[in-house]
Amino acid sequence: MNTIVCIKRVPDSATRVKIGPGGSELDPAGVKYVVNPYDEYALEEAIRRREAAGSGRVTAISVGTDAAAETLRQALAMGADDAVLLKSVGSTDGFVIAKALADEIASREYDLVLFGKQAIDDDNMQVPQMVAELLGLPCATVVVGLEIDGGRAVAKREVEGGHEVVEFSLPAVVSTQKGLNEPRYPNLKGIMAAKKKPLEEKDIALAASTLELISLEEPPPPAAGRIVGEGADAVPALISALREEAKVL
Amino acid sequence: MADVLAYAEIRDGQAGKAAREVVTAARTVSEELGGSVHVVAVGGVGTAGAGESLGAYGADRIMVAESEELGLYQPDVVTDVVARAAAGEYAAVLFPASAQGKDLGPRVAGRLGRGLATDVIAISTEGGAITVQRPMYAGKATATLRFTEGPAIMTVRANVFGATERPGAGAVESIEIGSAEVRARVTAFEAADRDQLDVSEATIIVSGGRGLQGADHWHLLEDLVAALGDQATLGASRAVVDAGWRPHAEQVGQTGKTVSPNLYFAVGISGAIQHLAGMQTAKVIVAINRDADAPIFGVADYGLVGDLFEILPRLTEEVRRVRQDG
Repeated sequence: MNTIVCIKRVPDSATRVKIGPGGSELDPAGVKYVVNPYDEYALEEAIRRREAAGSGRVTAISVGTDAAAETLRQALAMGADDAVLLKSVGSTDGFVIAKALADEIASREYDLVLFGKQAIDDDNMQVPQMVAELLGLPCATVVVGLEIDGGRAVAKREVEGGHEVVEFSLPAVVSTQKGLNEPRYPNLKGIMAAKKKPLEEKDIALAASTLELISLEEPPPPAAGRIVGEGADAVPALISALREEAKVL
Repeated sequence: MADVLAYAEIRDGQAGKAAREVVTAARTVSEELGGSVHVVAVGGVGTAGAGESLGAYGADRIMVAESEELGLYQPDVVTDVVARAAAGEYAAVLFPASAQGKDLGPRVAGRLGRGLATDVIAISTEGGAITVQRPMYAGKATATLRFTEGPAIMTVRANVFGATERPGAGAVESIEIGSAEVRARVTAFEAADRDQLDVSEATIIVSGGRGLQGADHWHLLEDLVAALGDQATLGASRAVVDAGWRPHAEQVGQTGKTVSPNLYFAVGISGAIQHLAGMQTAKVIVAINRDADAPIFGVADYGLVGDLFEILPRLTEEVRRVRQDG
């Protein structure tokens, strides 16, 4: 079984966001970039299935700048077999990214396309569904359980108050959620091997966007709060503040 | 191009908060544009009645596709019905930013070949173009986006637009289900063991962190939630989810859910930046922590410093008392 895993280079979740001088981008100074955490579940799932089957390929694809090559190397170090970087400046419009990915995926042979459920920078949570629409494939999102038997799959997706069970045939698009598996850390052997694995770079032109990013702003700093008191004896003071000042109780 | 289409999510045969809020948001936009609100609802038998109730929230035309087979959310069928309805001349198409809306909205946008703004918290129609605001980096930044072509497709965040009664014409009509190819079939809904509101929907959240010292102590938070009533629910920090004390569905923060409740209790949570990002838009934040220097006090409206094992039972008792007294 051949699996394509779409990944994104994102700022680490410990990043303090500072807006750059252009007013619509993150100031990259001091920011640590990582494989999008949700994409690690997708990578782990693909690698485990290849290991269990003893055959098949795992291909990591990313849309991004030159710097995303480093992120793809991390995917190769985890255990992907090869990688493709679709070189472009990127876009906050998920549809534009979905089109670029769908064009590349359509030219390849695959049984499964995996994504993380969302990237933790734009938080769009839309590219997997759009790629599935563009390719006319079955799609299950926010998946925490996946069983594949031959060409049939059963997925469990997280919804409010429980799970939906989804059945479909391969090839298909699945987006992964925390809980699906426990992603591995790349070991030294993996990191060394990754240096020799194929990483293809292609220059691509993104389609025109219909959704323009005007500005990015840091949210206003929270209004200064106050310490109501210490210990259980301060509880009545808290209760009256919530009732009389904040009027939320 | 002044009309707005709202997707009404029908759950258990009811047009609940998610549906009422999205219709309210659609009404606000359509009034500014001088148009009307159209609603599309797809679901099992009884969907027409649920859809009709949205007339009270400003729906003028309510398009309903219902059948026995649609009692469970069938993404391919619903995408097809909604994409056909949305192919009319609409200024905007709105979905709730619920699990279903976030799955469906991008499918419809992909079908129509358009971008989509996720988790919108403000909509403006100034100058004819539709401009929206939405959080990025789990709320560490707010993006302003402009649609350069219609329709403006978006999911709108819960608890932001509210649900306001403003009667619309409320005319219900039946529309074709059609014969969409079912590529993936939802065969069952498995309810979680615990019957509690999702953190993304609750108006009050009581979140626990490592300060609780173990899963065994969660009854202290459960008691407080019970005292706060049926709009309250449990949340959790990443540390306790990673430790296996609580399910991931309860996680608040950058790799969990971003929430905007009216009232948020952070109990024994120090306030890592990825957690603060996920809850700082709560209207009122209460922090309870032993460490007076914990970063959580920097975003809290009200702080209590001390031993949560002494504070929580007292807090639960006092909440119960004031709620009983009204």
